[in-house]
Amino acid sequence: MSTDAKSRWERETLAPALAKSPERKAAFTTNSWIPADRLYTPTELPADYEFKLGFPGEYPFTRGIQPTMYRGRLWTMRQYAGFGSAEESNARYKFLLGQGQTGLSVAFDLPTQIGYDSDSPFAEGEVGKVGVAIDTLADMETLFDGIPLDKVSTSMTINAPATVLLAMYIAVGEKQGVPAKKLAGTVQNDILKEYAARGTYIYPPGPSMRLITDLFAYCAQAVPGWNTISISGYHIREAGSTAAQEVGFTLGNGIAYVEAAIKAGLPVDRFAPQLSFFFNAHNDVFEEVAKFRAARRLWARIMKERFGATNPKSWQLRFHTQTGGSTLTAQQPMNNVVRVALQAFSAVCGGTQSLHTNSMDEALALPSESSVQVALRTQQIIAYESGAAETVDPFGGSYYVEALTDQIEAGAQAYIEKIESMGGAVRAIEAGYLQREIQDAAYRYQREIESGERIIVGVNKFQVAEEPPANLLKVDPSLGVAQAAKIAAVKAQRDGQAVSTALAAIRTAALEGSNLMVPILAAVKAYATLQEICDVLRALWGEYEPGEAF
Amino acid sequence: MSNIRILVAKPGLDGHDRGAKVIARAFRDAGFEVIYTGLRQTPDQVCEAALQEDVQVVALSILSGAHNTLLPKVVEGLKARGMSDVLVIAGGVIPEADIPGLQAAGVAAVFTPGTPTSAAIEFVQGRISG
Repeated sequence: MSTDAKSRWERETLAPALAKSPERKAAFTTNSWIPADRLYTPTELPADYEFKLGFPGEYPFTRGIQPTMYRGRLWTMRQYAGFGSAEESNARYKFLLGQGQTGLSVAFDLPTQIGYDSDSPFAEGEVGKVGVAIDTLADMETLFDGIPLDKVSTSMTINAPATVLLAMYIAVGEKQGVPAKKLAGTVQNDILKEYAARGTYIYPPGPSMRLITDLFAYCAQAVPGWNTISISGYHIREAGSTAAQEVGFTLGNGIAYVEAAIKAGLPVDRFAPQLSFFFNAHNDVFEEVAKFRAARRLWARIMKERFGATNPKSWQLRFHTQTGGSTLTAQQPMNNVVRVALQAFSAVCGGTQSLHTNSMDEALALPSESSVQVALRTQQIIAYESGAAETVDPFGGSYYVEALTDQIEAGAQAYIEKIESMGGAVRAIEAGYLQREIQDAAYRYQREIESGERIIVGVNKFQVAEEPPANLLKVDPSLGVAQAAKIAAVKAQRDGQAVSTALAAIRTAALEGSNLMVPILAAVKAYATLQEICDVLRALWGEYEPGEAF
Repeated sequence: MSNIRILVAKPGLDGHDRGAKVIARAFRDAGFEVIYTGLRQTPDQVCEAALQEDVQVVALSILSGAHNTLLPKVVEGLKARGMSDVLVIAGGVIPEADIPGLQAAGVAAVFTPGTPTSAAIEFVQGRISG
């Protein structure tokens, strides 16, 4: 088709129609403000098919990382869950596995994520609230009681203390008779986005990056089936970024991790196949599908061309997706089921490897069991009824989606170059650049809602008078006391001398520069608490002090 | 209506600061003098900051579920510092059922998800003239 043909259509058919009835708005955009043209045509398709799109399972993986995608195996349905005590969370995991979930995803409470024990004054009011409280190996043993670790894969949303929680997981595996080489799963282990968007950092960037590369090096040898990091755009997007920023900032952070590992002496093809990613899915199906495809293509080129990786597994961007928590409304919560379905559909059409679907009540409280079930059923309906799993990359070749894929790739590339010009992701975050960009987008979004320019159904249009929702999940406020008693019991039973020796070995390794995973694993097995281990490193390294601006 | 001094604070360990930063900016654009504490403030730290900055309003943003423990402590801490006239408001993921208890503890208003920033601004302006 020639551009002349489109001009003819615009002249002969469109112009009279517009003269009769104008469009609803002067300008249309995607959810993240990419201009959306009225009509896309074959002129939008890439001229060089093999260079830009290629074939699934082949470089640059625009169409997917496996040749058969979901025709071979469906994505892993992995609901992020955890609250209260290890006993309660263990029961929720068994419920989810019984409902057909295929992988676990552990949510830890905030004290655990920041390296405080449940009996710390900083933990007051927070124990078990946003996830499960884990203080010692004893809690971890309870958490996975009756769940064979050679049969499930487990993702753990843990960053600053990722080494400690992975060590606990390895130790539980050993007790079950499952060697570390057979364990499968992921630790998030992505500190840069904690500084930029999520907030559960402990140490400053330098030593934090060292902990991350220590974990890479350890797993390359001892836990080869483990994803050593989940480089996360999810929280960047939740904090308010655009789709292009989500990709640009995430891959910018990814580049920083690869550079740090190479600098630490690891050959790129030794650790890169174990890197994984984590993205968001918001409501604009087309923009989201394009985003996932653009991210895959960009990362493949970065790994091959910039870092000279030669193993195709190093070029593949494998990712988990979670639907967008910030898109859910407290008003008319049933509407969230529809939002989640659209978002999950985009993730599947974008080629995700695993997926969490949010529950309808998450803008109100932790999800109840019945709302989690609807969320999981949403994935199952997409898998078995929607048709999205029957062919590879179903949106490939859509004039619109291909144009958006190119635009998001170009936008993300520009952010990556900007970050490079600032000296890389660590410097850019320390200078507050990512944070500012994210906040500007978040504020613009909020203003559009308040002016009515952006419609959120049930919030600023189509409102109804509502009764306050009932049956919200509540965490027992006395849990902090119960956890403190558990810690006391563990401390009374353990070999105190062995704990002191193990903690001293962590300090020595930190000072000497040897791999910290080794002494941390020993300390965990001696039932040292999470905070005891983190405090050794806090004393040496201090804590990150953000410059706060808004 | 200007020169009302407001402290926007994140009590507890919660890292979700999108709402706090958006409301801080909205208050600033509405002519308030805004001080933002940053993340991970204990109730004591919030109260100290309120005292040092001599604010008339403390706005607490919390999405972690620890509100029933932490928010009353801020109110008590302000009283203990002789600042019982400071207006305390809160926003975040706070279930409706918890709001009466927080109000009884001295939190003047709780703004739940979906509330326009203008509602919080108008509430404060209605209670305090600058």
